[in-house]
Amino acid sequence: MEYIIIIIAAIFVNNIVLAQFLGICPFLGVSSKVSTSVGMSGAVLFVMTIATIASYLLHQYILIPLGLDYLRTITFILVIAALVQMVEIILKKVSPPLYKALGVFLPLITTNCAVLGVAILAIGLEDASLLKAVIFAIANSIGFALAIIVFASIREQLELANIPEGMKGVPINLLVAGLLSLAFLGFTGLV
Amino acid sequence: MTKKIDQKQNFLKGIIKDNPVFIMLLGMCPTLGVTSSAFNGLGMGVATLFVLLMSNIVVSLIKTQIPSKVRIPAFIIIIASFVTIVEMVLEAFIPFLYEQLGIFIPLIVVNCLILGRAESFASKNNLWSSIVDALGMGIGFIIALTVLGATREILGSGSIFEMKFVSEDANTFILFILPPGAFIALAYLSVLFNKISIKTIS
Repeated sequence: MEYIIIIIAAIFVNNIVLAQFLGICPFLGVSSKVSTSVGMSGAVLFVMTIATIASYLLHQYILIPLGLDYLRTITFILVIAALVQMVEIILKKVSPPLYKALGVFLPLITTNCAVLGVAILAIGLEDASLLKAVIFAIANSIGFALAIIVFASIREQLELANIPEGMKGVPINLLVAGLLSLAFLGFTGLV
Repeated sequence: MTKKIDQKQNFLKGIIKDNPVFIMLLGMCPTLGVTSSAFNGLGMGVATLFVLLMSNIVVSLIKTQIPSKVRIPAFIIIIASFVTIVEMVLEAFIPFLYEQLGIFIPLIVVNCLILGRAESFASKNNLWSSIVDALGMGIGFIIALTVLGATREILGSGSIFEMKFVSEDANTFILFILPPGAFIALAYLSVLFNKISIKTIS
């Protein structure tokens, strides 16, 4: 039951993009087509889960015993950067089709604040355990996928719409994101 | 690198022409995430300016020592060190702001504005130009965050820098201090900014 609450809270109530503002750059940047946003979501799911496991273990078994908690930010970002490189190399060798689908998105993920954000949030969970951290990471990446895919499909429709000159481009996209966020606000109080 | 840079132009470009938030859309996460009040926006802006300035200085000084293949990880480590300093200083001296900004302080590391300036400016230009560039961009960022924070605070809580100007029981647009308000306020501010910057350039 506890895990179900974590999942629902992460996907709907505290949606990582629309309520917590993490990962806004890819959300606005690679959401012009549904297909690219699906690819990005896949890459995020992959990296976010692995990065959270790695940083959780590192924090629990190396940083805390040595009293180096304050080095959290530096170690986590290094772990994520190294992981992204490693995932890229391994995928290229092991699964070329998957690499082809996710390849271009992987380098972008290093500076995706959602990945670092979730890694940091996961170690701060109430009586955290590895399983809980993993579920938290997966749920958050599903939340990311939901937000970006819905947003991309709205943007595809907007291409055809008649928009006032001054609102074209960034402003209208932000406005759509705002309305989407307003819709997600309706989930408040669900858990 | 020998090209002479007009420092005044270099400084001003960060504030208007290439404003990091309104024009280049860099550092959007903290921009939207912490601007529920003008004070938070200002605090975040100053913290970012400090990290940006220090990382530009260091990157510019050691740019010839870093092999180009590992430059991005090297930049990230430099930035992360300064972010850790900011984190510790804020926690010790301004705990109130530390609580308010929360997760967004460690996330300054992945603010694309800072890495972007290190990569596209400081690693190619001399120390003095890099300092001016960092100040221009940083102040542009502070202005954007403070304006957005003030707009949301005025509409959402009827106050500015915590000074209330409406009566306690007045109805305000609470929407604007909630997450959707961030997107909506930024959307209309960027329309306004486009209008202003087109006028000043032409």
